[in-house]
Amino acid sequence: MFWSAFGTIVLAAAVLPMFVNDFAITNLTYFLVWVFMALGLSLIWGYAGILSFGQTAFFGLAGYTYGVVSINLGEGGLWTWFALVVSLVMPLVLAVIVGYFMFYGGVRDVFVGIVTLSITLVFETFMAQTAGPEWTIGSARLNGFNGMSNMPPLTIPWGETPLVFDGTSFFWLVLAMGVLVYLGLRILVNSRFGNVLVAIRENPDRAEMLGYNVRMYQLLVFVIGSVLAGMSGVLYTLWGSYITPSSMGLTAAALPIIWVAAGGRKDLTATLLATVLLTWLSQQLAVKGNQYALIWMGAILLVVVLFAPEGLFVTVWKKLRGRMRARQAEPSPKTASSTSA
Amino acid sequence: MTFLVQAYAFLYQFADSFAFLVLCGLGLAIIFGMMGVINLAHGEFIMCGAYVTVLTARAGLPLPFAMLAGTLAAGLVGLILEFLIIRRLYHRLFDSIVATWALSLIATQGMLIVAGPSIEGLKTPFGSFELGEYSFSVYRALLPLVALSLLAALYWLFVRTRFGRYSRATIEDADMARALGANTSRIYSQTFGLGAALAGLTGALYAPTMTAVPTMGQAFIVQSFVTVVVSGADVMLGLAPSAAVLAFIQSLLTKSYGQLIGQIGLLLTVIIVVRVLPKGISGWVLQRNAGH
Repeated sequence: MFWSAFGTIVLAAAVLPMFVNDFAITNLTYFLVWVFMALGLSLIWGYAGILSFGQTAFFGLAGYTYGVVSINLGEGGLWTWFALVVSLVMPLVLAVIVGYFMFYGGVRDVFVGIVTLSITLVFETFMAQTAGPEWTIGSARLNGFNGMSNMPPLTIPWGETPLVFDGTSFFWLVLAMGVLVYLGLRILVNSRFGNVLVAIRENPDRAEMLGYNVRMYQLLVFVIGSVLAGMSGVLYTLWGSYITPSSMGLTAAALPIIWVAAGGRKDLTATLLATVLLTWLSQQLAVKGNQYALIWMGAILLVVVLFAPEGLFVTVWKKLRGRMRARQAEPSPKTASSTSA
Repeated sequence: MTFLVQAYAFLYQFADSFAFLVLCGLGLAIIFGMMGVINLAHGEFIMCGAYVTVLTARAGLPLPFAMLAGTLAAGLVGLILEFLIIRRLYHRLFDSIVATWALSLIATQGMLIVAGPSIEGLKTPFGSFELGEYSFSVYRALLPLVALSLLAALYWLFVRTRFGRYSRATIEDADMARALGANTSRIYSQTFGLGAALAGLTGALYAPTMTAVPTMGQAFIVQSFVTVVVSGADVMLGLAPSAAVLAFIQSLLTKSYGQLIGQIGLLLTVIIVVRVLPKGISGWVLQRNAGH
């Protein structure tokens, strides 16, 4: 039932470009771009119980890396793909360093949030002060507050006309990556690895006593989530061909928390749906020209925390499933009379 | 002479930064120390204090009363929010932090819609004095004294008054305090209100020196939480030394490399402190004393 619905949605999304205009596809791509960061945070926060406030640091690092590398190497050959790989390796390296520093250094609970938030603010502040011409890497200017722009799209040399990933083809690429990441994460959380993560979330000391290397698991899950945040960063940079320091700031850092909390942080599917829905909602509000988008996001987060702490979708599903079970369990009049007899 | 002027300029910069960090940190530190909640809407309470001060002062209220109005307004908002929201989340630490983040987003954007991108500010009182080639603001030179007297007043509040004794008992062991008859939930809400009022006072004190904008909270929140994390949970013990250390680092870096590098220096310091002294300066001092 779930898998046929999943297949139908993916298929519908894949053939969608034949029915709607380019503008709608560009928008849809934009919503999907954020899903990777949200899924990563769901894994880190929902499954492993580590609240990272600073996933946007990895997002920004990957975006800037793609900008610097691709502007320097140009779009010839497979260099843009090389830039893509480098942009995923950079957040991986940062996550290993930061994660080792935190988890092997006994940083726990709220302090993980403080360290990660501090790192993303350091990045934002640092990038914001790179306006001068001395902040140039090769031929790429970092450009301070205004951010970098005009990086080349992903390109495959293909005879006379190279294959350029933009518009519909970029949408397909993002969709394919999204499906792969979602399925991969589902396999991961349902495996032994996922069970250990939940055990650590519920009680790290007990998991340690049972012989699991808690710190290694925490480091691994943090690295996976952060590379996914980086993936969002690269795709975002490719999507709009720009990246700015404010994509890492306090407000930007709050958004992934909101999506993940709103859907249900302990459920990948709920996170995915909430991310697409809420980015769509923010955009709708912004397009209408009013400034209420952030107020709505804040209000949704507040309502969820107060009334549906497990997340909106998860709470609704539990209610529905409970009702269905109750209906099945309800004895029909016939059987009731036969048992009483 | 020029050396003396240079030295005074550095001292002024240091004291200015010290006052800023103490005033920023106070409200946040009290809430953090009492409940372990990092109030991410702290900056917006400061913004609230600043706005009320500017608006009432421009409506004709003398500045000291306008500042009082700003302080009380922020405190009142704090009490209301505690009653409506924070109270329900005390046993869920992460959720309470996330909820204050939501409040911060709502308040910043709401103020932008209600009051526009900025409001006309106030004139800084008392003028300035000259020393060598530099000119210093008298008002800002007085702020470190205000910060120190506030610390003294809070020391008195926590050590000498009934509220102080009850609240220290609650920090020490909330269940035991409740068993002995302390109304801990009232103490929590009073503490939250006090923290919010102190944030409002900070906004009120800085209102004449800066333009009030809806996003001004963000400029304060980073400094505040840096100070509080380095200080640790015990405000009385940790806040002043933490602000002194951070002000030294910040004024040194700002003087040599500019304001943004000063900010980065603060953030890097906090990352290292979390790793080396997870309970901050006050936790370290208490641990050392317990060891002897």
